[in-house]
Amino acid sequence: MLKVVVIMLSGVAAGLLFRKHRMPWIQKIITVLIWLLLFSLGLEVGSDKRIIDGFFALGLEAFFLMIGGAVGSVVLAWLLWRWVSKERSVR
Amino acid sequence: MKGSLVIIAFFVLGIVCALLHFIPMEIIHSELSFIILACLMFTVGFSLGNDTEILKKCRSLNPRVALLPFMTIFGTLAGCVVVSFFLPHRSLFDCLAVGSGFGYYSLSSIFITHLKGAELGTVALLANIMREILTLLSAPMLVKWFGKLAPISLGGATTMDTTLPIITRTSGQPFVIVSVFHGFIVDFSVPFLVTLFCYL
Repeated sequence: MLKVVVIMLSGVAAGLLFRKHRMPWIQKIITVLIWLLLFSLGLEVGSDKRIIDGFFALGLEAFFLMIGGAVGSVVLAWLLWRWVSKERSVR
Repeated sequence: MKGSLVIIAFFVLGIVCALLHFIPMEIIHSELSFIILACLMFTVGFSLGNDTEILKKCRSLNPRVALLPFMTIFGTLAGCVVVSFFLPHRSLFDCLAVGSGFGYYSLSSIFITHLKGAELGTVALLANIMREILTLLSAPMLVKWFGKLAPISLGGATTMDTTLPIITRTSGQPFVIVSVFHGFIVDFSVPFLVTLFCYL
């Protein structure tokens, strides 16, 4: 995990070096890399026997637990967002 | 919406290719996905360093957004408590252990398989991989409906790596700081919370 952050920070440093040259096309590269990442995530999921076999037996249960956690965290994030935005508009 | 659909398409295409053995196993189990992730993180970093306006915009963020990791942790655990009432064959702490993966499926499923057995470990693996996928797919809609912090919270422990590019794209580049900070805190809470709930 930390390796990835170090790679990103070296990207920031490289970007700063080239800050005189704006490179808007970099966003297109990011989009393509996101697609490749999702494709490789799909490859990993599809080739993992434990995920594919477990999906039919335990998938529904896992889905409910995931949704519960997802709804809980999104609701609290939304409340924090409203609090933070209100604060900003008062100023 | 269109962006999400393209992402789903690539993900499904990957699953199909693996199931039909279109792509040799050696490639799938190589470092391929890590190399892609590394390239992605470098380019995201590059685009941030390249745009000098972003740092200024980060300063205008309300410091209270630093509370977001705790919102994510409490919100997730509260949601799992509710779901545990509907799963009578699972104990409350089993449900909380699964939820405390916060999308970090590799680590949480290894811990839970080791401490609670393969069945709950597989539930953890599935639930947490679903959370990561849902974040990647729903980020644009979440920003529209629940504000710019919602996709970061849903991303859980993954917001400093795999889901970071989607978040910078949907919430906006100044939120990259919030996302990395959030991912860092939630990531470190995973081993502690998962082991805690497995022993309770």
